[in-house]
Amino acid sequence: MPTEAPEAPQAPEERRRGTLTSGRGRLADPIFKWIVAGCGTLVLIILALMVIRTTSEAWPVFAKEGFFGFLLGDEWTSGGSRTEITGTYGAWPFIYGTLVTAAIAIVIALPLSIMVAVYLTHMAPPRLAKPLSYTVELLAAVPSVIFGLWGLHWFLPNVMRPFFDWLEGVLGWFFLFEGPVLGVGYLPAGIVLAIMILPIMTAIVREVIAVQPLDQQMAAYAMGSTRWEVITKVVLPASFSGIVAAAMLGLGRALGETIAVLMLIGGSQAWGASLFGTGSSMASHIAATFGEATPETRTALMAIGVALFLVTMIVNILARVIVWRLGQTKGDAAV
Amino acid sequence: MSVTTDRPAPSAPAPLSQLPPGSGLRRFKNRTATVVLTGAMVLAMIPLFLIIFEVVNRGIGVVNLEFFTETEPPPRRDGGGYVAGFVGTLYIMALAILMSIPFGIATAVYVVEYGPNRLASSIRFFTDVMTGIPSIFVGLFVYGLLVIGWGGLGFGTFVGAVAIGVMMLPIVTRSAEEMLRLVPDEMRNASYGLGARKWQTIMRTVLPAAAPGLTTGSMLAIARGIGETAPLMLTAFGSGLIVTSFQGEPQGSVPLQLYRGAAQPFEAGIDRAWGAALCLFALVLLFTIAARWIGSRASIQK
Amino acid sequence: MRNGRSKLAALAAIPLLAAACSNGGDETDDANTSAETLTGSLTGAGASFPDPLFQDWIYTYTNDVQPETSINYQSVGSGAGIEQFMEETVDFGSSEEFLDDDALQEASDSRGCEALQFPVTFGSVVIAMNNPELDGLVLDPEVLAGIYSREITTFDDPAIAELNPDMDLPSDEIVPVHRSDSSGTTAVFTHYLAHEVESWDEEFGEGKELDWPSGLVGGQQNDGVAQGITQNPGGLGYVNQSFAQESDMALAHVVNADGEPIEPTTESTVAASEEAEVPDNFQFHIDDIGGEGYPIAGTNWIFTYTCGYDQETADALVDFWTWALTDESAQEISGELGYAPLGDELTERVVAELERTNSENGAGEGGDSEGGAEDGAGSEDEGSEDADAENGDQ
Repeated sequence: MPTEAPEAPQAPEERRRGTLTSGRGRLADPIFKWIVAGCGTLVLIILALMVIRTTSEAWPVFAKEGFFGFLLGDEWTSGGSRTEITGTYGAWPFIYGTLVTAAIAIVIALPLSIMVAVYLTHMAPPRLAKPLSYTVELLAAVPSVIFGLWGLHWFLPNVMRPFFDWLEGVLGWFFLFEGPVLGVGYLPAGIVLAIMILPIMTAIVREVIAVQPLDQQMAAYAMGSTRWEVITKVVLPASFSGIVAAAMLGLGRALGETIAVLMLIGGSQAWGASLFGTGSSMASHIAATFGEATPETRTALMAIGVALFLVTMIVNILARVIVWRLGQTKGDAAV
Repeated sequence: MSVTTDRPAPSAPAPLSQLPPGSGLRRFKNRTATVVLTGAMVLAMIPLFLIIFEVVNRGIGVVNLEFFTETEPPPRRDGGGYVAGFVGTLYIMALAILMSIPFGIATAVYVVEYGPNRLASSIRFFTDVMTGIPSIFVGLFVYGLLVIGWGGLGFGTFVGAVAIGVMMLPIVTRSAEEMLRLVPDEMRNASYGLGARKWQTIMRTVLPAAAPGLTTGSMLAIARGIGETAPLMLTAFGSGLIVTSFQGEPQGSVPLQLYRGAAQPFEAGIDRAWGAALCLFALVLLFTIAARWIGSRASIQK
Repeated sequence: MRNGRSKLAALAAIPLLAAACSNGGDETDDANTSAETLTGSLTGAGASFPDPLFQDWIYTYTNDVQPETSINYQSVGSGAGIEQFMEETVDFGSSEEFLDDDALQEASDSRGCEALQFPVTFGSVVIAMNNPELDGLVLDPEVLAGIYSREITTFDDPAIAELNPDMDLPSDEIVPVHRSDSSGTTAVFTHYLAHEVESWDEEFGEGKELDWPSGLVGGQQNDGVAQGITQNPGGLGYVNQSFAQESDMALAHVVNADGEPIEPTTESTVAASEEAEVPDNFQFHIDDIGGEGYPIAGTNWIFTYTCGYDQETADALVDFWTWALTDESAQEISGELGYAPLGDELTERVVAELERTNSENGAGEGGDSEGGAEDGAGSEDEGSEDADAENGDQ
């Protein structure tokens, strides 16, 4: 029965129905299909359970504070009750910390990842391009706890601290860089986050750039453009939405990162404009206080988790939609 | 297409495009850009080497046979090791692998072989979305669902493995999906032509053909799972002793023990934490590099 | 070396034990005719404040004294310790706060027999500083509250100068460091400030985590605080005393209720613990410490039940805590880590209370090795009545 194979895999199946009539194992196919479909549905079930379970756990806090009262309130006083909500729970300082550290991370990592991606695709010697991009991607494999350990014990005192002192000396008049420099704070957490999200962003930007059609670039070269002009005037503009998607995925990562931020942000419940100041992110506050939290505070931490989930979901879904619309479905799934 | 001249490249060190054009200047810009981009490349690679250097430097002195065979003494005392963490990690990972890899590959099979349909594309979309879920949230979810919630199982190996499994599942699925798509349709049709049923085709032709790629994806997922700390803080919870029970007793893991050890103010405990960091790092790098190697070999053969 | 010490220590402890210990759980690992090998496996959870001490005790006990036992103590914090004890998921709970009568009643009701609590150790929170020249700096509660509320920002502030007339104070800015995680150390420190300084109580209160004013550095756990202190020239932070024993950081002397500046040492913690009046129900605070006592101190309580353990677990439970409270090597560990043992009279009372653990369980009864809920419910009837009769309104 072999005919030219059309791409759609189900087409051969239909054809076979007419040809294979042996009774034995006729049920095997539908059973197999149901098994794999069941496994696939598991993902949806898990996601649904996530939303339902955490929201219902967190419900008493939302009920007491109101959804926006919870998000925007800046007082967090945990109560000691085992059965009801007696404290005041406003997550704003943590939301602010999350946004600030993620913003710092993006501001640093985005230009750097674009530059690295451009270098890897257009400038690196062909023999070096692959090893170099593997090396950058290896950074994504470093466990978060090691970033934290290294950041706190080596990178902070030896590199960031002197840099911060210098920065404060030069730009101290500007409210973002107002002293005192305390060591830990928003800025070091953001910088380490930038290092952590660099690989995933580089990987995506690199792929987006790599699939830009060559003919336009060749045309630009033919008109006498330098390589730099081709990159800035042909390649990057065409890659714009891919770069946005990379930024969003990096942002999603940065928003949810826990352990490294926890060790570097200098966890306090205060919030302030200076990047040298200390604070907490949503994820770091959950991890820091969960261990010793009272039942009611755990409910409130669950509520922070729900808020964090919502924010990262929105960012991720936007990013995925952009990526999908580009048709760049070959993003490295592992990063 | 859109050759917009007025949008400066995000990476431009200066608003070069506003300067008057001119052959020499243009070549100068080109050369400067090359230098700057090369610099960026180097800058991006520095942290990895700094981390490797520091972790090896501080950790190498601690790692010896004892480190893998003995439990950890109180933080202020020298000697001992992380065997409890290693056993815990092994145990949790074994369960997590059993949970996530078969399901992940089966999901990918459904999406690729039975799609596209509405269910398959929504599965695909939500798998994508799931890769972005913060690990701490996965911990909270498993805590809410199993530790205190409907299950009420308490802390333990199993709930820790569920959390890690949930982290790994979308990674496995996404990479498996891509690998299955790479299997040429000719192979499927050849199998059908020989009279094989669809499930036989998938099990005997498609999956074996994709096996190296599936291995790569799974190993990357494992590398990711081994290093996870945050979800385990809320589920496995940590233990300094070897725990063999399946569920109900807090279980340890290397990253968890390392995190706790580093937080104690005692030199001996911190040294051991660096040793654990070295082991963990080596393990993760090993998995990652091996995965890439298998992956690249497979693609060469193709 | 360690073995030898523990033998000696055990010999010294025998008279006390003989009086108190009925199950014959003897802690000599060898060389004693009445030695009995215990095999129980215990799980406990609770306070983080005494965790370094508990870990060391457990390590020594399970290695040198009863190698067949295993004890898993999870430092989950007082709240969770109480919670897990109430939910009967652990064999013993621990907390920096005692259980009030309501909580005890609740625990009794769900287990079906009386819940016991007793203090096992005292510990101090010390003020550590980066600048070695400031070792011995005298601070009082008002100044500490001022520093942590950012009203006092430099070391040469008049309020500090007044307390340290002989010291050459630098004009460095003070960088106060606090624990950013939820911790018992913070609870002890802020309870002290709130108790001593009214304005602090009104503005910040006390607790395991606090809404600290801005401008402070938060450190994750003890190490985070240590990093915060050492990485800032004007760093000043509060840490568990065991940390201070270990490092060479400058330590502040704190003025106690009698107006004496006291150096934080094990002796001054012991002195503080002796200041405390301990009632029969062991519900007490150590506040307003005077004499030679160092004022920022906390206590740790252990909780057990009078029924529902199997014999193996109960034996190990009683034996371990008896060892920890009475054995000299245990006391030595305590001293090395800066925790203060209980006084003799108090130890005797505590051991007597400890002995009641599982006392209402019929011999040979009780099957659940983890002290599960079903088991507790099984022996409910006999247990609860006795509990009411004996200990109803202590």
